[in-house]
Amino acid sequence: MFEDAIGKRSNKVRNTVERGAVRKFADAIGDAHPIFVDEDAGKASRYGANIAPPTFPRVFDYGEIDGLGLPSKGLIHGEQIYHYERPLLVGEDIHCWTEVKDYKEKAGKSGTMGILTLEGKGEDDDGTLVFSADQVVIITEAVRKGMKA
Amino acid sequence: MSAIAEKQAGDTLEAVTLPPVSRLDLIKYAGASGDYNPIHTIDEEAEKAGLPGIIAHGMWTMGNLAKLFTPYYEEGFIETYQIRFRGMVFLGDEVSLNAEVSEQNEGKITFDVNAKNQKEEDVLKGKVVFKTY
Repeated sequence: MFEDAIGKRSNKVRNTVERGAVRKFADAIGDAHPIFVDEDAGKASRYGANIAPPTFPRVFDYGEIDGLGLPSKGLIHGEQIYHYERPLLVGEDIHCWTEVKDYKEKAGKSGTMGILTLEGKGEDDDGTLVFSADQVVIITEAVRKGMKA
Repeated sequence: MSAIAEKQAGDTLEAVTLPPVSRLDLIKYAGASGDYNPIHTIDEEAEKAGLPGIIAHGMWTMGNLAKLFTPYYEEGFIETYQIRFRGMVFLGDEVSLNAEVSEQNEGKITFDVNAKNQKEEDVLKGKVVFKTY
């Protein structure tokens, strides 16, 4: 049902790697290491600033893709890949967008599954890519039926 | 702690076993990540979705696993972090986090990583490529 969406992308959205958000996130994953949360430790590090944990891009806004209305319930997260050119720095702006990379349907145990691959990207202010984030989402038959209804 | 760059195939990072998963852990992660899917925080919603109870966000476990590498950021950074979500994590589960070097090559160290529950079942599994400076 999402075949037509392949190749569609959202507009870029500016996100700030906020100090408070990084602190809260690091704490929530039990990893409040000084490199993430202690300002002096960040300044003294090779990065000259605090950095964000590698799964932090989950919090960014990637914008909306026209015509891709995913339900808020029932989706299964199958796979996640982050690829970094360098770590994210606390305080910097990151411009994010997302694109539908692929959609396939496959017969499974409980009916036909939709397998949707979304690729998010984040660039710095100079337009240099900092990271990409691929996400594979599984949409069960029950969820797809609910969407058509 | 020995330098990550000296690790060879078969070497491991110090494994971590998390305290039993609590409701507060998941409420905190929902707030920090903005993922408010109610199957992670509200019993009735999890049951409605056909689950025996609330389950941890897969991304919570993936986030936790990354901390095995946090002590090494002066030496390099996680270049690639790839995870497949294999099983569900329930309240009270005791999750262990593991990383073993599979390849050591020109400034890139590849680890097989996994998180297992107390029954030794994989809940997530994947790879980390750590790039050294």
